[in-house]
Amino acid sequence: MSNDLQNYIPLLMSFGLASLIATTLLITSRLLGPRIQTREKLMPYECGNDPVGNARDRFSVKFYLVCLLFILFDIEAIILIPWAVVYRALAEELGNKLFVYAEMMIFVATLFVGYIYVWKKGVFDWSK
Amino acid sequence: MTFQQLLFIGFAALVLGGGIAVVLLRNPLYGAFALITSFVGLSALYVMMGAQFIGAAQIVVYAGAIMMLFVFVIMLLNVRADEERPPRHRFLVWLAAPLALLLSAGLWLAVAGVQGDRAPSGEAGTVERVGKNLMTRYLLPFELTSVLILLAVVGALHLAKREKE
Amino acid sequence: MLPLLVELPPLPTLRDTAFIMPEIILTLFAGAALVLDVALPRSKKHLTAYFSLIGLAFVAIALAQQVAMTASLLPISAFYGMLFIDGLSVVFRFVFIVAAAFSILYSIKYLEFEREQRGEYYALILFSTLGMMFVATSGDLIALFVSFELMSLSVYVLVGYFKRDKRSNEAAMKYFLTGIFSSALMLYGLSLVYGVTGHTNLGLISETIAGYVQGGTAESGDPRLLLMVALVLVAAGLLFKIAAVPFHMWAPDAYEGAPTTVTAFMSVGPKAGAYVLLARMLLFALAPMREMENLPGWAALLAVVAVLTMTVGNLAAVTQDNVKRLLAYSSIAHAGYILLGIVSGTDMGYQGVAFHIMTYTLMNTGVFAIIIALHRQGVIGENLNDLNGLFSRAPSAAVLMLIFILGLAGIPSTAGFVGKFFLFGSLIQSGKPWLTYIAIIAVLNAVVAFYYYARFARAMFLNAPSENIADASPLLLAPSVRITLTLSAIAVLFFGIYPQPLINVADIVAQSITTVYAQSSGIALR
Repeated sequence: MSNDLQNYIPLLMSFGLASLIATTLLITSRLLGPRIQTREKLMPYECGNDPVGNARDRFSVKFYLVCLLFILFDIEAIILIPWAVVYRALAEELGNKLFVYAEMMIFVATLFVGYIYVWKKGVFDWSK
Repeated sequence: MTFQQLLFIGFAALVLGGGIAVVLLRNPLYGAFALITSFVGLSALYVMMGAQFIGAAQIVVYAGAIMMLFVFVIMLLNVRADEERPPRHRFLVWLAAPLALLLSAGLWLAVAGVQGDRAPSGEAGTVERVGKNLMTRYLLPFELTSVLILLAVVGALHLAKREKE
Repeated sequence: MLPLLVELPPLPTLRDTAFIMPEIILTLFAGAALVLDVALPRSKKHLTAYFSLIGLAFVAIALAQQVAMTASLLPISAFYGMLFIDGLSVVFRFVFIVAAAFSILYSIKYLEFEREQRGEYYALILFSTLGMMFVATSGDLIALFVSFELMSLSVYVLVGYFKRDKRSNEAAMKYFLTGIFSSALMLYGLSLVYGVTGHTNLGLISETIAGYVQGGTAESGDPRLLLMVALVLVAAGLLFKIAAVPFHMWAPDAYEGAPTTVTAFMSVGPKAGAYVLLARMLLFALAPMREMENLPGWAALLAVVAVLTMTVGNLAAVTQDNVKRLLAYSSIAHAGYILLGIVSGTDMGYQGVAFHIMTYTLMNTGVFAIIIALHRQGVIGENLNDLNGLFSRAPSAAVLMLIFILGLAGIPSTAGFVGKFFLFGSLIQSGKPWLTYIAIIAVLNAVVAFYYYARFARAMFLNAPSENIADASPLLLAPSVRITLTLSAIAVLFFGIYPQPLINVADIVAQSITTVYAQSSGIALR
């Protein structure tokens, strides 16, 4: 078990290093930096102009829909990966390429129905 | 204590700390970020158990896509931290801690009875293993999942889309 | 080592595919209903309903092919043990088809009237039915959970189908949040079952647990406490879905807020699906845990829940004036009765469960169909007062309603009586004294129930019609609905007087439960 995990040690090190650098930078700037607060400095940054209105604006529900659809198709994408990885080996082992291919195609076809539905419902049509 | 145990404790603390922070933090946006921390810790725990695929999926789907949705919804609702009302049943807050302790004690007792080799095999959750199982033994639930996702698309769209009359 | 797929089982053949033919057809029709919805103009959307009904007819025909296959009562396993075709699965899939078809039929005019006629509605009902059908045929935790979620998620959306109706929104929100929470609890329980036994196949789980109930082995330790935790979690999730006390709080709100047609559907279809899953889990996978040494088995836990459920349901129903809320509590009470059959553990009890679910489907959809018909311009038709003088306004509807109500009350010579007779009788037949006491409580409950069902009869036949102008407009009963209702009412009376044909069907279910359990080890995997 530890043998497999050794592959992750570089990853762990980079995680550790990243958080170390981030916290060090934050703490040192907090400790060493002078704090002079003026009105301009405390203003929300909007490319140098005076801010227009509140930054906490309501989002259109359209963003939400797109985000939701993204999740669903994201799940589809992640499920494609194990299939793609084992495709060749499994097709050989089962002796039936078409079967392994069809398995995923049925999955994709079902979601394609959803895609047609979403499209026809006009979710991607933002001008309306 | 081995290095591995140390790692486990570290990541488990990340998961639990993140979870507790989600409950305690008043600002929903901070809560969402605490949840991401918890998810990252969970993903690391999965990897330590040899379930690489689940670990990766945890990051891509949960910490990535689902958290994005969380943040969008928080922005959509535009709830401010100071708008929150105090909870109606204050006594429940005081009841929560003892009940949680009782539950933990009960679970501990239940788990303590079980022995045997429950150590992860190290290759149980590799992408190859998951793929092979998904494409053969668990083929039916796999295809059923596509219908479930289709249904989720339809349902989400119906509930969230504004109809033009 | 966790047991994982080591050598590859043979490919699913056409034989396996034949077993899911009804489900394949249903999926195709549900998908086509969606595409049809976006393709049809607004004025023709109701065609999706007829299309869905035709689809269900095809599904029923495909399912009829399986009746002969299960004649031997031996379950057939397919798709690497994922599928599990036995008498129970065939009979209950017919129940689901009937529930879905009735709900669609009763919905057409209602949705037209509410100006919410859309294809998604019918597609969602079909998807939910697909989930139920897979619940009835799955023999594996993963397949069971995915199909259970398919069934539940569709209903969450259906409850909130009227987007502009605040009550519908609120009901959907409450139902969804509590429902998802209970699903999560159940999933945790299922994961513990897998963790303890190392299997997802129900047969293998049952076999493994049977070896543990005596206290486990030196190798495994004593996993009984952990199994108890798993059992409680799984049961909590399932009892939530059938609205058993103490997980019943959502039911009145969800029933009241949901569109009435959806209330009709969710009170029979998904509920029956949850019963099937409960039976599969308790009577098959966790069957060895019915009674354990030194530990309470699930029979005792379920008996307490059943008694609480019927008592709370009946007492709360007495005080209700809203018909939908009243029927919600009545359905809670009926859930309590049905649980008794599982507790009794006898053939008679299982027959009672199957019989009662089948007849309850007819009676409850019938009652809701009349309430749907009462819903007109300016009249919500959900208050008990709205039924006032129904007999003088619409005699045939009132008589039909009376038959269904008497059936729900369990008056002798209706099918409802036979179901209750079997359920309560099985407790006495089991020969255990504590079950006899429960039978007495159940009979007392049935007496309390007479009171609130009698309120329906009094409102319809004795009270004068309300002084409401809109009341004068005719009821929304299409000829097809009228025929279906009449046939259901005749069936309720016929099976009340001559129940034998339906008892034979119920017996198929009971036999398959007992056979499956007796041979759980041999049929686990193909």
